[in-house]
Amino acid sequence: MNQTTTNAAVPDAAAQLDIFRRMIRIERNDDATRAQIRRGRIAAPYYSARGQECIPATISNLLTDDDVICTIYRGIHDMVAKGMPLRPLWAEICGRVDGTCKGKGGPMHLTHAATGCMVTTGIVGSSMPIANGFAWASLLDGSKRVTVAYFGDGASNIGAFHEALNLASVWKLPVIFVCQNNGFAEHTRYENGTGCAQISDRAAGYGMPGFTVDGNDPFELYGYAHAAIERARSGEGPTLLECTTFRFMGHVFGDADTYMTKEEKDAAIAKDPLPIYRQKLIDTGVATEEQLADLTTQTEAEVQDAIDFAMACEFPSVDELRRDVFAEEIPA
Amino acid sequence: MSEAAEMIKMTGQAAVSAALFEAMEADPKVLVFGEDVADREGGGVMGTTRGLSTKFGDMRVRSTPIAEQAIIGAAIGAAMAGYKPVAEIMLMNFTTVAMDMIVNHAAKLRFMSGGQSQVPITIRTLTGAGFQTAGQHADHYEGWFCHTAGIKVVAPSSPADYKGLLLSCINDPDPCLFIETGKTLFAPGEVAADQGPIPLGKAKVVMPGTDVTLISYSSMMFACYQAAAELAEAGISAEVIDLRTISPWDKQTVLASVEKTGRAVVVHEAVRSFGPGAEIAATIQEELFGKLKAPVRRLGAPYSAVPFAKVLEDAFLVQPADVVACVKALMG
Repeated sequence: MNQTTTNAAVPDAAAQLDIFRRMIRIERNDDATRAQIRRGRIAAPYYSARGQECIPATISNLLTDDDVICTIYRGIHDMVAKGMPLRPLWAEICGRVDGTCKGKGGPMHLTHAATGCMVTTGIVGSSMPIANGFAWASLLDGSKRVTVAYFGDGASNIGAFHEALNLASVWKLPVIFVCQNNGFAEHTRYENGTGCAQISDRAAGYGMPGFTVDGNDPFELYGYAHAAIERARSGEGPTLLECTTFRFMGHVFGDADTYMTKEEKDAAIAKDPLPIYRQKLIDTGVATEEQLADLTTQTEAEVQDAIDFAMACEFPSVDELRRDVFAEEIPA
Repeated sequence: MSEAAEMIKMTGQAAVSAALFEAMEADPKVLVFGEDVADREGGGVMGTTRGLSTKFGDMRVRSTPIAEQAIIGAAIGAAMAGYKPVAEIMLMNFTTVAMDMIVNHAAKLRFMSGGQSQVPITIRTLTGAGFQTAGQHADHYEGWFCHTAGIKVVAPSSPADYKGLLLSCINDPDPCLFIETGKTLFAPGEVAADQGPIPLGKAKVVMPGTDVTLISYSSMMFACYQAAAELAEAGISAEVIDLRTISPWDKQTVLASVEKTGRAVVVHEAVRSFGPGAEIAATIQEELFGKLKAPVRRLGAPYSAVPFAKVLEDAFLVQPADVVACVKALMG
């Protein structure tokens, strides 16, 4: 980290359990998605966030329902963590009319306004300029709502990142820029595409605090996220939070990962944050093995219910091509 | 407008300013922002937004950094959060810097979210050749935006239309690109004191005629007026239509006119190849093939960048004499 935080907030037992609940929901949902693709039951490009669960799970624990997130195509974990219900999520993944976006966005472009999941963009970096607009609206409303913009390490090299951070700083916007640094921009290793030692170094150039934290450690992340969110809520302005992590399934599900060694990948998977965190909760008495097993079983049932629901939904009518282009339907 | 309505002589620029004052007064959700728009920065490089920030405050009227992606991104987010932002992109060539935000996001988020998101932004932008500003400050790129489903493209030519169409754009539930040109902004005209919104998508038959229909918009309306006057002296009666909204365009009014006259010339400042005139000409021949007395003609700029030297710039722009010659050739 390039700056220190005086805030040392720690998650209480309820928060710790809630973070686990969100993490297991993301992981079970991701596992089921890959299984459905392997079986040929859905055909969609899938950008798994397996390994990155801890980041949105921890941050979402600190957000209210009214807070807003803008994320990117590798963002289903962010949406699930924020509270997007699984049935419409799955219907959208399956391209059905009961999907969150009526089957018109798909897994790379989810929106569920009711849970504050406002934008998922398929364009690298584009979550950030739009997040600023939500944050500006909060200031105009006089509300305490904060906006989180999620993006990857690769997105910090695109112009949108720099324009957005600068504006957020000048306007002191209540926004938290959360970089999920998984070490690779598509296939390009961090150091081959990024000219600074860590993404958080870039915050200084925009006059905002920037921190690099272990994105796989909910305890460390919680303190920094808490401070950044409180800073935004109290009108002090934006923060850049770089969360280091690793993606276990490559860029797009099915890619051969030829741009990394097997040893590197195996070493990262050996440090899978989910079982480590799970064991910690048991060791510290926050939860019992049985409790967490039950939670996992319940989550699996919920995911299965969502899949069954989605597969039974209708596909959208072709009339949908004329709807939502404008507010007014385009005549046939 | 009542019969007794007072008529005020004003320029297009004054009409834009009047519309902004009126819209901001009527609805606290209307915001104005862009480079140099606030009074601290002189109320815009053209002075069009002068007085707004003093009257409505620095939160609703904000100057921005020179960062077009950040400007349009913030407009999108604020619009999705319930505001009606009027974002100024100083010159149309600068929209190219924000194309991702305009095309991939503003225009598409309603559709891609299945109707959950609405993006009621207005993008005001200035362009037009004739001032020796050359190839990066004067292009007419409306064809690009007309080709993108989900954004309305509006181009007034008279002060009354400037006011009425801008009021409509601001209150429209969808994104609107509002094209201003130097020639039309500075030309004075009569505007009713109580000039209200003018519906989008409705063309105006400005001069009735029987022999040929001239279809145009924005600065090229002046070339058409002059041509129509010269043609009248030669005994040729031209009906002149101002499209006002280029997309979605008023097919009904155009087709009714051409059905009557049997001849059509589309005139625009944009490059002729793949310009809006191609769409209009194609539609006319599809709908009225057997009723046409002559081929539908298009007049636009040659396939060239906007040049600097006056002699080149004059040759680049369609001149009234070009319109006259084209029509005389059609009359046989």
